[in-house]
Amino acid sequence: MNSIKSRALELLSDGTVKRVIGWEKGEGEADWSPALFETAEEMNSFVYGDYAGSNLSKYCLKFNLAEGKTLVVLKPCDTLSFNQLLHEHRLNREKFYIIGAGCKGMKDENGRLLKCNACKGKDFEVYDEIIDDEESRKPLNVFDRMIGVAELEKMTAEERYEFWRGELSRCIRCNACRNVCPACTCVKCVFDNPASGVQSKAPVTDFEENMFHIIRAFHVAGRCTDCGECSRVCPQNIPLHLLNRKFIKDMNELYGDHQAGVGTEERTPLTSYTKEDAEPSVVHERGNA
Amino acid sequence: MRQFPESKVLDIIQSIPCPVYAPVEDGSMVVYGRYEDGMTLRLDKIATDKTPKDILFPQWENLMHFRMEGKTIELTEEKRMEEDYVIFGVRGCDIQAFKVLDKVFLSDPIDTYYAARREHGTIVALACTSMKDTCFCKNFSVDPSQPDADVVLWLIGDDYYCEAYTDKGRALMEKWDTREAEDGPVEWIKGEIDKKYESLPFAHLNLTGFDGEHLMEKFNSPKWKKLSMACLGCGSCTFACPTCQCYDIRDYDSGNGIQRYRCWDSCMYSDFTLMAHGTNRPTQLERYRQRFMHKLVYFPSNNDGMYSCVGCGRCIEKCPMNLNIVKVIKALGEDAK
Repeated sequence: MNSIKSRALELLSDGTVKRVIGWEKGEGEADWSPALFETAEEMNSFVYGDYAGSNLSKYCLKFNLAEGKTLVVLKPCDTLSFNQLLHEHRLNREKFYIIGAGCKGMKDENGRLLKCNACKGKDFEVYDEIIDDEESRKPLNVFDRMIGVAELEKMTAEERYEFWRGELSRCIRCNACRNVCPACTCVKCVFDNPASGVQSKAPVTDFEENMFHIIRAFHVAGRCTDCGECSRVCPQNIPLHLLNRKFIKDMNELYGDHQAGVGTEERTPLTSYTKEDAEPSVVHERGNA
Repeated sequence: MRQFPESKVLDIIQSIPCPVYAPVEDGSMVVYGRYEDGMTLRLDKIATDKTPKDILFPQWENLMHFRMEGKTIELTEEKRMEEDYVIFGVRGCDIQAFKVLDKVFLSDPIDTYYAARREHGTIVALACTSMKDTCFCKNFSVDPSQPDADVVLWLIGDDYYCEAYTDKGRALMEKWDTREAEDGPVEWIKGEIDKKYESLPFAHLNLTGFDGEHLMEKFNSPKWKKLSMACLGCGSCTFACPTCQCYDIRDYDSGNGIQRYRCWDSCMYSDFTLMAHGTNRPTQLERYRQRFMHKLVYFPSNNDGMYSCVGCGRCIEKCPMNLNIVKVIKALGEDAK
């Protein structure tokens, strides 16, 4: 996608933007990293293509107050995260120039990314211009993303408990999932605050890390776009996306289909009230479903 | 030199009369765990997901407990390790990491918790007859064909060749069911290991200039900004690193007293070494720089040139954003454009 590179370089050179957030190659073929480009010379190493899997929306927070505009390259699914951050007034739209970049599904050294197997489509929710081609507009072959959740729902409560105990027991509390998550945008996380008394540098019980993930999933419910970055970055291979998808599935069933990050409506199922809303008793009715 | 069939390795491990820590499967990962019947042993795994550092320096451990009764305070110290154990199948890089940890914990004042664990352990190393593209240990004085341990194993064909190098090692190996072996095959495999290493992409990195004399030059490099931009500050690299040894000591109100514990800390975190005035590493740039400056500049300049990177390659595999020490060495080293 040389056209993205040349367009970004053009906008940087003519002063429209002060900097570009994109990707550059690392040591291995698949080792691409998000990168900052501030000069035309630095733009030499700019790349876009098969290994540009990371979601750059979260990095925009770093530049929201920076001088001048920041150009950011966003794939269709990344624009959901960016748009959600706009809804939450965490980003100032005027500060960013968004190139919507066509995407054919991203890969890493192990093949297509898990999140791309549940591709949410090729539409850009927010952009200044789109650079794509015929090939990248074709829909991907995807699996029903709720299959994994449905399998969990089929388990008995005890089986499900054991499943999550097993998976979450590997957590080392590096907080990569939190740090990469575009829905986790507190300036100072309670878990980084020594005065909070809940820093959890060592667990008092072996359930503490388990609770962390469950509570984090609650906190991002309704705002999580299912971008899949949490599972992608987990160094302990914990399938965290399943927790988020369970919430999305439940919300869709209780309040009607909703995709966080779509549209301009700031009210979401969990931040608006209607008389038809599910009553708290629904927990007992659905409890063990 | 002795030898035993590869198929007998479990019998050997099971015959050892004390706890044995070895690479075992844990879900989709391979970690050093205390071997028990039914576990899946994974001696073939290069760069285990978690390192044997965990055995000498656990992620968290209790140090002491305070209890108030009236006007007296009862203080109970945690027991130091008293039981012998074996770490089986450790690779050369991880053994070099033990030496880095020794520099930190065994120099004055000696860390008695660590020292007790070190003393009671016998290390059985495994030479690296296979490697990964992410391996670069020889840059840091590690010999993958001849790890420095109590006992060394070489897997050649269907046999493990083994040799003891210390009294501890000889005492351990004495009880193994092995037979006399010739030195020839081991000499041959060492040559093969050397050849294999030469074909690795990061076999020879230029470390010229990573020393105390170039400290300020490296510290002030404008390249840190770009290098650190993508860093999430997750600390995966520090948790997966066999030499990262920073820790925090905290007190916890256990309801009937105070539990003082120690836990790993990470220079990648915003609250690391936080002081009353705030922090002297306000952004991820400073935190990121600290980690690599420590490994490549501060540590060697304080420890006779010993780097605190051992070239295991785990940070290359684990970083969710594909940042790693090789990238830093290349960007800041003499070969950089």
